[in-house]
Amino acid sequence: MSASTLTPDSVIIAATALIVLAGLAGLIIRPAPLSQKLAAAITLPSAVIGFCAAILMLVHRSDARYVIDWSLPFGPCEIGIDPLSAFFLLPIFLVTFCGTLYALGYWPAARNPATAPGVTFFYGLLPGAMALVVMARNGALLLVSWEIMALSAFFLLITEHTGEEVRKAGSVYLLTTHTGSAALIILFSKLHAATGSFIFPHQGTLAATGQTAALMFILALFGFGAKAGIMPMHFWLPSAHANAPSHASAMMSGVMLKMGIYGILRFLSFCPQKPLWWGGTLLVAGMMSALLGICFAAVQTDIKRLLAYSSIENIGIITTGIGMAMVGEATGNPSLVLLGFSGGLLHLLNHAIFKPLLFFGAGGIIHSTGTRIISRMGGLAKRMGTSALVFFIGSLAIAGLPPLNGFAGEFLLYVGFFREALSPVPVLALGVPALGLVGGMAAITFVKLYGIAFLGAPRSREAAEAHELSGVMIVPMWIMALLCLTGGLIPPLFLLLVQPAVAMLAPAAASGARLPASFSLFPLFGLALITAAAAVWLLTRRAIRRRGAVTAGTWGCGYTAATPRMQYTGAAFSEFWAGVTRSLSRCMTEKPAAGTVAPRTVPFSYNPEETILDRFIQPVLELAGIGCAFIRRLQHGQLHVYMLYIFITLILLTVWVR
Amino acid sequence: MTDMLIHLLLVLLMPPLLLGIIGKTKAWFAGRVGAPFLQPYYDIARLLRKGSVFSSTTTWVFRAGPVVTLVSTLFAALLLPFCHHPAPIAFEGDLILFAYLFALGRFFTTTAALDTGSSFEGMGAAREVTFSCLAEPALFFAFITLARLSGSLSLTLMLNHLSISVWQMAGAALLLMVGGLFVVLLAENCRIPFDDPNTHLELTMIHEVMVLDHSGPLFGCILYGAAVKLFVLGVLFVNVIAPFSTGSSLADWGLFVLGMMILAVAIGTVESVMARLRLVRIPQLLVAASILTAFSLVLVLR
Repeated sequence: MSASTLTPDSVIIAATALIVLAGLAGLIIRPAPLSQKLAAAITLPSAVIGFCAAILMLVHRSDARYVIDWSLPFGPCEIGIDPLSAFFLLPIFLVTFCGTLYALGYWPAARNPATAPGVTFFYGLLPGAMALVVMARNGALLLVSWEIMALSAFFLLITEHTGEEVRKAGSVYLLTTHTGSAALIILFSKLHAATGSFIFPHQGTLAATGQTAALMFILALFGFGAKAGIMPMHFWLPSAHANAPSHASAMMSGVMLKMGIYGILRFLSFCPQKPLWWGGTLLVAGMMSALLGICFAAVQTDIKRLLAYSSIENIGIITTGIGMAMVGEATGNPSLVLLGFSGGLLHLLNHAIFKPLLFFGAGGIIHSTGTRIISRMGGLAKRMGTSALVFFIGSLAIAGLPPLNGFAGEFLLYVGFFREALSPVPVLALGVPALGLVGGMAAITFVKLYGIAFLGAPRSREAAEAHELSGVMIVPMWIMALLCLTGGLIPPLFLLLVQPAVAMLAPAAASGARLPASFSLFPLFGLALITAAAAVWLLTRRAIRRRGAVTAGTWGCGYTAATPRMQYTGAAFSEFWAGVTRSLSRCMTEKPAAGTVAPRTVPFSYNPEETILDRFIQPVLELAGIGCAFIRRLQHGQLHVYMLYIFITLILLTVWVR
Repeated sequence: MTDMLIHLLLVLLMPPLLLGIIGKTKAWFAGRVGAPFLQPYYDIARLLRKGSVFSSTTTWVFRAGPVVTLVSTLFAALLLPFCHHPAPIAFEGDLILFAYLFALGRFFTTTAALDTGSSFEGMGAAREVTFSCLAEPALFFAFITLARLSGSLSLTLMLNHLSISVWQMAGAALLLMVGGLFVVLLAENCRIPFDDPNTHLELTMIHEVMVLDHSGPLFGCILYGAAVKLFVLGVLFVNVIAPFSTGSSLADWGLFVLGMMILAVAIGTVESVMARLRLVRIPQLLVAASILTAFSLVLVLR
């Protein structure tokens, strides 16, 4: 490659290839510790270069296309990078960089010689496949990379496959992802039937109308929505995120869910006309995911499940933004289109920053204490000071509080809904109290998470013996935390990355409507807030020092023999809210009677129920299992017979097509 | 410029007076003389000169809690107009920032409470986040109604739009909204019937129990911050219920101060004649308040 062809797009492709190759090196080269470091040494600079190149392409709003004419049946392989692709490449490269660095401390090959090579390999393959997903301009190519992505995530998820729970999570995930893929296969076949080629139609040129378009939309919503975790297709997500290694959870939650959003956006970009009910469906699905997701998150007892449910909430907020934009498009309201897309995509970028940060933090806690149960932590801020600080920043950001980046994205969506309050039929204005409720529940969730896990006295021996994380684990968390602050204090900077993608999705609205001018006031206001808080802090510190301060035990309201076990637990904290929302979030409490006069020790358990999975999906699957028992005879584990099945199927299909 | 200076001075100096007036009103109802009007100022000044006791379990969060809560509440005060005097800061969507500044303060107050490891303070924090979560929709429904009436998304324009003629036109809607807002005002400030600031039983407290462990200057910050919060939400309420304008700037300031004092007397009266609700009833009342303000939106749709 000569210097003149060293364009940002070729750099991105090269970086993607290098990341995959680095993973491969991590798999085959021995000894494992060396290969892991080697893989990281290749991946880290590649990710940085890829990230910078993607930013460059976004800022210049450039467009690149490559066609590889191969002889495979589905036509020429076309890949391209337009602003939408470049925008989705940002989280891929960012989380790859941070996750790879984090893995050196979290999953070191020296301590996990059996699993580390595989983890390193799939941690390279997964981002590579995702990059190919957003670059593919051919339905078949997208499906292939989609499958590689789904399977890489599966293998990352079942890293600790000796555990029963992990295997169950893995099979639920595999089932969901393949059901989604099936919908996508039909979707792209329909597209092929409509356009005569697997190559994507140009923007707004899909000549499908009426029922065909409606069917395609439903397929896209189902297939891509299942990956994104939009309710009610979210049920695979909590157990998958909880059981994967934390840096894999960070990649899945921070990036892979967004591939579903990408798919929906890409499909929508084909369609010249989008009926109002499309937008309405997206809006309602997004709102329900946001409200129910955070409602379930609030009652969780497992730190990673809690974060997973909060991912559902955030995906819901992003989908709400897209739905808002679609409604705006159908009703000819450019301001709504601009605010919806900008708010949704800005929130997407923000979520790709603070959610990996929180998963890294959660992984650190698990690494340090060996438990995922929030109520067995406590007092970690004393022993893991730096981690506690960055986790606090992440918690503030995800609760959508100013002056952090979570607020900036939600602000745009709020303004969009509020502007609708002035329209003749202000149905969309109902989004304002709904978002307010989501914000309130997010506060419950993250006050609980931070307060119970990091504050108070250690609630278990493991928590009392927790240790601070190593530098390689802290640095990626700091990077994310600083990005949270940057995005909150200078939101126009992040908006610069969002705008090109928005301009591509909605050219008319991007040039016609305007974002609220107040966005440029954020830096001033945020800095003033921080300065004022710092000033009052210094004043109180001086006042405290001057008058003297003594240290004593916590005031027990007259009771002097308090123990750490008497503290409020996570379940107790959210129980009050769970009581209010009893009909939505069921929790199973097992509490045998303790006897009357002389109480004996009894076990007590409190488990939030997976309502949709346990009550709807599981029974259906069990029935299907009974109904299809005869097919199981075909499944016997003999590989050569399986190959024969494939061959026979192909022959039959060929005959059928003729 | 003068108006802005008066605005700032009122925000900084007036809040504790409201607590004094409430106390005096309650004393009057009980047939006592009561503490002087300026007692809250003395209390805060005394606390700032006192030594502190810190629990050995606490971290920096415990110390940051009162500070951030106070500062974010003071910032929220800069976004509100004081009865026909525009706010120092006004922009499209400032009402969102207004609501979220309270949320920021709440996040810090509740985490600071959990920092002590006391189960009483945990209870208080759990109640605080739950109740405020339920109060949030009521506030936003009220904002939507106001935005629709005024055609604007900035607190200054929204609230300054209100006048006697608007009340005549949309009186029913505004009345419902006032009901909802009063509930929010009482709930957010932990007044009777939601919480009793003078109770002596930690098990039933909300706000007071969260700050059990704070002492000295930090407790002064909390007391002052609570007064500012009452003041700020009171300003919002007075803006809606008494949108009078005399045309003279000075007289308007006088009217505003008078309105705030009457509000304090009203709160004192409610506290004197009502008992505290049972804890399980509070969520129901808050949801009812949300629906009340939602009805006000329906009424302005016609």
